[in-house]
Amino acid sequence: MDQLFVNLKAWAVGLFPQPVQLWVSMAISAGAIVGVFSGMFAFATWMERKGLGRFQNRLGPNRVGPWGLFQPVADGLKMLIKEDIVPRAADRGAHFLAPLLVVTPTVLAYAVLPMGRGMSAVDMEAGLLFFLAVGGLKEFGFLLAGWSSRNKYALLGALRALAQMISYEAPLVLAVVPVVMVAGTLSLAQIVELQGFGESGALAHWMAFTPWGAVGFVLFMIAATAESNRSPFDMPEGESEIIAGPMVEYSGFKYALFYLGEYMGLFAVSGLGATLFLGGWQAPVRFLAWFPSWGWFFLKLLFCLGLFIWLRATLPRLRVDQLMGLAWKFLLPMTLINLVGAGLWRWTEGAPAWYWEAARWAIGLGLPILGWRALSAAVFRPRRRRRVYRFAE
Amino acid sequence: MSGLGNNASGTPGEEKGASSMLGLGILKGLGVTLRNFLGSYRDPERLITVEYPEERLPLPEQSRAFPMLIYDGEDPIGGLRCVACKICEKECPSQCIYIVKDRDARGRPMKRPKIFDLDISTCMGCGICAEVCPFDSIKMDAAYERSAESRFERLLLRKEDLAKPNAYYHKIHPTEAAEADARLGIASPEPEAPPEGAPEKAA
Amino acid sequence: MSRQTEGQQFASALGMGNASPEGPRGDSPVLPPPAGPLYEAKPKPGSARAAEGETLEVAVGPHHPSTHGVFRMDVVLDGERIISLKPRFGYLHRNHEKLCEGGTYLMAIPYTDRLDYFCSLTNNWAYVLAVEKLAGVEAPERAEYLRVITAELTRLLNHSCLVGFLLQDMGAMGTPLMYAFREREKLVDLFEELTGARMMCNYMRFGGCRTDASAGWLERTRRVVDDFPRFLDEFEDLLTSNEILLARTQGVGKLSAELAINAGVTGPMLRASGVAYDIRKAAPYGIYERFAFRVPVGEHGDVYDRYMIRMLEMRESVRILKQALKEIPEGPVLNPKARRRNFRPPVGEAYGRLEAPKGELGFYLISDGSPRPYRFRIRAPSFINLTILEDMCLGHTLQDAVIILGSVDIVMGEVDR
Repeated sequence: MDQLFVNLKAWAVGLFPQPVQLWVSMAISAGAIVGVFSGMFAFATWMERKGLGRFQNRLGPNRVGPWGLFQPVADGLKMLIKEDIVPRAADRGAHFLAPLLVVTPTVLAYAVLPMGRGMSAVDMEAGLLFFLAVGGLKEFGFLLAGWSSRNKYALLGALRALAQMISYEAPLVLAVVPVVMVAGTLSLAQIVELQGFGESGALAHWMAFTPWGAVGFVLFMIAATAESNRSPFDMPEGESEIIAGPMVEYSGFKYALFYLGEYMGLFAVSGLGATLFLGGWQAPVRFLAWFPSWGWFFLKLLFCLGLFIWLRATLPRLRVDQLMGLAWKFLLPMTLINLVGAGLWRWTEGAPAWYWEAARWAIGLGLPILGWRALSAAVFRPRRRRRVYRFAE
Repeated sequence: MSGLGNNASGTPGEEKGASSMLGLGILKGLGVTLRNFLGSYRDPERLITVEYPEERLPLPEQSRAFPMLIYDGEDPIGGLRCVACKICEKECPSQCIYIVKDRDARGRPMKRPKIFDLDISTCMGCGICAEVCPFDSIKMDAAYERSAESRFERLLLRKEDLAKPNAYYHKIHPTEAAEADARLGIASPEPEAPPEGAPEKAA
Repeated sequence: MSRQTEGQQFASALGMGNASPEGPRGDSPVLPPPAGPLYEAKPKPGSARAAEGETLEVAVGPHHPSTHGVFRMDVVLDGERIISLKPRFGYLHRNHEKLCEGGTYLMAIPYTDRLDYFCSLTNNWAYVLAVEKLAGVEAPERAEYLRVITAELTRLLNHSCLVGFLLQDMGAMGTPLMYAFREREKLVDLFEELTGARMMCNYMRFGGCRTDASAGWLERTRRVVDDFPRFLDEFEDLLTSNEILLARTQGVGKLSAELAINAGVTGPMLRASGVAYDIRKAAPYGIYERFAFRVPVGEHGDVYDRYMIRMLEMRESVRILKQALKEIPEGPVLNPKARRRNFRPPVGEAYGRLEAPKGELGFYLISDGSPRPYRFRIRAPSFINLTILEDMCLGHTLQDAVIILGSVDIVMGEVDR
C-alpha cells in the first residue's frame, strides 16, 4: 500500500522501450502532480468555503451535490463558459501571459516535494534551493498582470504584491536555514529521512519537536501566509480597498488561473512546511507507521490548510507599511534569533546528564520567547498603549 | 445625572487594549472563532440559518407585505367591503392606488369600486391604507412570494387579484380580524372552512 | 396662488408643495448669499509632485465594495498616501424633503424609514417628536416606554452591524459581520413581531405608537437583551485586543475635538473626540431622564476610539433597556386626541431632534396650517459627519481611508436623502 503509486509508475514505465523511459517517467510524474493538485484545488475551495461558513456560523455551500461537494465543479464550469474580456487599453500579450506566469512556477515547485516514501518527481540534491528559487518567479506574473491591465487598482495591487513577496522571501528563507543547518543537506528527501524514528524510540524526530523547530515552524507559517497572499496578508488582493488588485481586469478562465496559482502555491508552501518541520511523510509515533506515507503527507497538508483557513476566518488585514515593518523589524530578527537557538541546540547535542538536557530545553525555549517579547515591545509598544475610557454621568 | 458640559466626570474607566506580547490577542480571537466553529455544529443558537425554500418561519401576526381587499360571503367582487370612498387613495404615500367609483344605469355613484388598481411596483407596504380605512376593507396581506415569469407581469393588481375572503384574513391576522368583525357586527367565519351560508353584508 | 410661475405650477401639479415666493406668514425673507468664498481650498501638500506627474488619481466609487453604497471619493495618491480626497455624493438623491412636503404629515412617516434604513425606528421617532412639538400632542406613558425600548434596540442593531462593517472594510473576511448579523437577526425578528416589518418598521405615530406590544413580545425582548452582553463579550474577545486591529486603528483618522465641534459632528464620532455631548443627556427627550446610564467618552478621536465608544455604548443601551423593560406600565399606546387623517397642526415651526445611533437626527418642520408641511428639512447625522472626511484622511493611506470612512458610519440613504 505504501509503495502503491511508486510500483504503479514503475510498471507503467516498464511498458515502454528503454530510450523513452525517462521521458515517460517524467510525463507520468508531471501529469500526476497537475492532476492531483488541481483536484485538490477544487477540494480546497470547497473546504475553505465550508470551513469559513462554519467559522462564521453559516452553512457554507450546500446546494450542489451532497454537502455542496460539487460546488467547485459548478464554479469551474461557470468560469470556463464566461466571456474572456481583455480591456482595449491592455497590453494583450502581457495580459495573456501573466496568469500563465503565475501558475507555471508554482507547479514546477512540486517537482522536488517528496509526497511519500520515494515519491518525489525529481530527487534533486539542491531541492530546497530549487523550490525557493522557483517560488520567487510568480512575482513576475503579478507584476505583469497589474502592469498590462492598465488599471490603477491593478497597478497598485501589483506593486503591493511585488513589495510584499520580495520582503517576505527573506524571513521565509531564513526560517528554513536552521533545518538545513541541522540536517546538513539541501535535499528534501534526505531531510525527511532524517526526521524518522532512527534506530529506536516511539516518537519520530520531527524538527517541530525541538524548541527551535517549533518556533521555526511558526515563523515559516507566518512568512508563508504572506508569501502566498493569504489573509491577513492579502493586501495585493485587498478586495475592500483595491477590489481584486492585479486580477481586477481578468475574467473567465484567466481569473480562475490566478486562483489556481494561488492555491497551488499555498499547497506547495504547506507541503514544504510539512516536509521541513512536520516530518514530511513520516508518521509521528511508531505505532501509526502502518498508515501509508503519502497519506501522512496529505494529512499534514490538510492540517496546514486548515490553519490557513482558520487564520483567514479570524483576522483583519494589515496595512502595507505595517506589513513591511512586520517582515523587516520583527520576523527577520526573530529568524536570526532562531538561527542562534538552533546553533546552540546542535552544539549541545548529546548532553551528559538530565539537568544539562533540561537547561538545554530551557535555553532553547527561553531564547525565542524573550526575543519575541523584546521585539514586540520594541516594534509595537509605542502604538499600543492601554486606553482608559471616561464616562459622563 | 444633570446636564453635562464638556467635563466628563472621571468615573472608574474601563481599560482596553493590548497585552504585552504580540500575538496573544490574535490567539484569543482564534479561540473565539474556534468556539464558533465547533458551536455551529451543536448549538442552534449559533447556526441560525433557515434554509428558505425548504423551511419557512411562521410569519408573526403583524407581518405585512402588500394590501388586499376583504370580501364577505362567496362572491369575491360582489362581497367586497370596499365602498370606493377613496380615502386610501388619498392617504397612500406612494400614490399607488387608483380607484374609480362604479355608477348605476342612471349615472348615480354606487358604493362599490368599478376599478381598484394597486401598482405594487411603487407600493412600499407601509400599511397606511389599512390604517385609515374606516370600513375595514383594505388590509395588509402577508404573502411575500410574488415572483413572476416576466418582468412586467403581475405588477398591477386589479380588484379581482386583490380580493381575499374574510376567512383568509382570519387565518393570517386572527386578532385583528376578530376586532374588525366585532366593529362591523358580523359573525366571524369558522376557522379553516369558510361558512356555507353567506353572512350578512358589511355596512 | 394666482401669481404662480410656470415652474411652480408644474411643481404643485407634481405634488411638490406650495412654493410661494414669500414664507407662509410672509415674514421670512430670502437671505442674501454670504460674502466671500464659502469654502477655501487648502493648499495641497503634494501639489509639486502632482505637477511632476508623480501622483495617481483614483476614483474610489461609486461602485466600490467599501464605499457603503453609491458614494465616490476622488482620491489623489502619492504612492499609497492620500494628498487630496474629495467626497462626492448625491448618487442616491431621492428628493426626500420635497416629497414629504407634497404629502400629509402622516405620509412622511414611512418615508423616514427609508432615510437611514438600519435605524427606521429612531428616524420615526425624530420626525414624530417634531410633529408632536408642532401640534402640542403628547404620547401616552406606555408608548414612551415602547419608543425608548425600540430606539435602544435600534442602537444595538446599528452599532453591532457598524463594527461588523468596519472590520469588513479592514478585510476580516466577514466573520465579525456575520456574528453581528446573527444578533441582528434576533433584533429584526423582534421588530417584525412588533411592527410587521423587519426594516421598514413605520411604527410611530404622532401621539403614540401604531401597535401595542404583547406580554410575550416583552418577554422575548427581555431574553434577547439579557443575552446581548454575552455576544458583546465574545465580540470584544475577538476584536478589542487583536493586534492587527490595534495597529490598523490606533492613531488613524484623528479628529480633534475643536474641528469636530466646528464641523457640527455629532454622535459617537464627537464623543470619541472627547466631547461629552449626548442629546439624551444634554436635552432629554421622551422619558430618558428616568433612566440611569452613562455616556462613554474617548480622548484620541481615532478610529479605535470610535470603535470602542460604540462597544461601550451598546453596554449602556443594554442597561437602559433592562430598566425600561422592568418599568414599562400598562395602558394605551395611542393618544386618541391625535388625528391621523386631516391632521392640521397650527401655524408655526418646530425642530425635533434626538440622539440617533449615528448622531443628532433632527427634523425641522414649518406648518402653514394646512395638512401638508410647508417646509420639511432633515438634519442627517451621517451627511454632516461625512463632510470632514478629507481632514481625517489626509496623509493616511488608501487602506486607512476605507476604514476611516467605515468608522464615520454612513448610510447613503440618509446622506443623499
